[in-house]
Amino acid sequence: MSISEPIETTVVTQPRRVAFSFEGWQRHLLIGIVVGYTALLILAPLGGLITGAFAKGLGPVIEALRQPDVLKSFQLTLYIGLITIVIHALFGTTLAWVLVRYRFPGRRLINAMIDLPFAVSPVVVGYMLLLVFGRNGLLAPVLDALQIKVAFAVPGMIIATIFVTMPFMAREIIPILEAFGIEQEQAAATLGANGWQTFWWVTFPALRWGFIYGIILTFARALGEFGAVLVVGGGIQGLTESATLYIFRILDQREYVGAYTAALVLGLFSLILVIGTELFRRREEEKHKR
Amino acid sequence: MTTTTPPLTTISKTHRAPWARWGIKSAAFSYLTVLLVIPLVVIFQDGLHNGLTGVWQAVTQPIAWSALGLTLWTSAVMAVINAVMGTLTAYVLVRYHFPGKSILNAIVDLPLAIPTLVTGVMLVVLYGPQSAIGSFLKTQFDWRIIFAPPGIILALLFINYPFVVRAVQPVLENLDRASEEAAATLGAGAFTIFREVTLPALWLPIVSGALISFARAIGEFGAIVIVAGNIPFRTQTAAIYVFGQVESSNRQGASAMSIVMLTIAFSTVLFVDWLRRRNRKERAA
Repeated sequence: MSISEPIETTVVTQPRRVAFSFEGWQRHLLIGIVVGYTALLILAPLGGLITGAFAKGLGPVIEALRQPDVLKSFQLTLYIGLITIVIHALFGTTLAWVLVRYRFPGRRLINAMIDLPFAVSPVVVGYMLLLVFGRNGLLAPVLDALQIKVAFAVPGMIIATIFVTMPFMAREIIPILEAFGIEQEQAAATLGANGWQTFWWVTFPALRWGFIYGIILTFARALGEFGAVLVVGGGIQGLTESATLYIFRILDQREYVGAYTAALVLGLFSLILVIGTELFRRREEEKHKR
Repeated sequence: MTTTTPPLTTISKTHRAPWARWGIKSAAFSYLTVLLVIPLVVIFQDGLHNGLTGVWQAVTQPIAWSALGLTLWTSAVMAVINAVMGTLTAYVLVRYHFPGKSILNAIVDLPLAIPTLVTGVMLVVLYGPQSAIGSFLKTQFDWRIIFAPPGIILALLFINYPFVVRAVQPVLENLDRASEEAAATLGAGAFTIFREVTLPALWLPIVSGALISFARAIGEFGAIVIVAGNIPFRTQTAAIYVFGQVESSNRQGASAMSIVMLTIAFSTVLFVDWLRRRNRKERAA
């Protein structure tokens, strides 16, 4: 600001506003292109699904949601999602803890490996699990002896869902643990707290938001898993048919309203979960600032 | 992946029993081993038991080969469009203020919260043969989106929209604008500045965002199986091919294609990681 004061002494006549971004009509064009692209790519399909589900009015939508298969498949999806978040809450947090707090050979390799599930095709995930747990799989003799059925059964679908959601928990918690440091833990330890007390009363409260957000993201992703649970579970109607597999089957049977309705419910549920948590977190952070 | 951890003299060394330390560590390792390492080792071992020639023979079967080709070219087209539109979106979000900006910013993340199968269903509702748009395009231009490559590209664009935007946005926000101002003072036009000053500073996030979306696109299944419809030689992608081979119990074909997909995706991710580390070293030097 102060540099522009002695304007009388400078000979160069500068434009009042330096145009280093696109301005004027170019600005409007750019905004127009981006808004148009987003509307066409993201919003139009979303709107399409809503109108598609309600094309024949509210009656068929309610009718579609009351199908026994719908309830069963959504129940199975919720069940798989809940077990997945319990496992990740325990082991994902432990893994993050070990990666941040301990130094050992291979730490960087493990840190890189956590992200691998993002790059593995869901179909390949399901197929890998069949190779391990399937009829001719690696663990077949053990599973047969114990009479546990994993492939084409719910346990296999749970393992598949745990695999694809692996990175979320650790990736939420690792940066917070790193930023939190260990001073407060050391203070607690000096005051005589044992390891578990220190974790529960000092570390965990600091991790709380990362923990909750990690769980919500894991849960939302688990609800939508399709390829991996299709391959490993087989989509047996009434047994291993989760919500996505139900949608897939009745779409194939050309029951469009039913498929669109179920897809809409599943999509909205994940959306509300993720956006709701984000809004809640933002409000909490504002509160703490004040 | 910031590694700015403070120097650690772990309290656990002094205040926690060694068995607890050992227990925590082994719990974390067995979780990783059981879930990740064993399945990956098993699939590579299964696919490679006839050697690399076995993989090559299985993948170059005409149907497999065309599925792999379709996957690669649609993913590449998506990555290029995503790079361009993602950069534009990030630019508009960072540089301009306009009504609805925060809504636009929120919409960018929507694809991450929507199951990919639902994405596929959405696109079929909007552009499918039963829809107004779909039937109009079919009768007027004899052009199809659904059950054709454009539908695959559209689905991939939808799913991967956030990756370039969210990679470019923070870098653009922290960009030192002095060089842009200097260029403007020297009389450069807005377009020249963007091409010569802004864009070179953004190449790393643009390329890494686009490559990450490419790696994800290689394996995408849920959205594509709905919009593409599994027509061999025409709309069958690699993931759908693997699904078919698993269903028909062709272990050799499924394992070989899986290994090829894993190799492409992993090497892309590793390449991005290498680019980022090299860039960080250059800046530190």
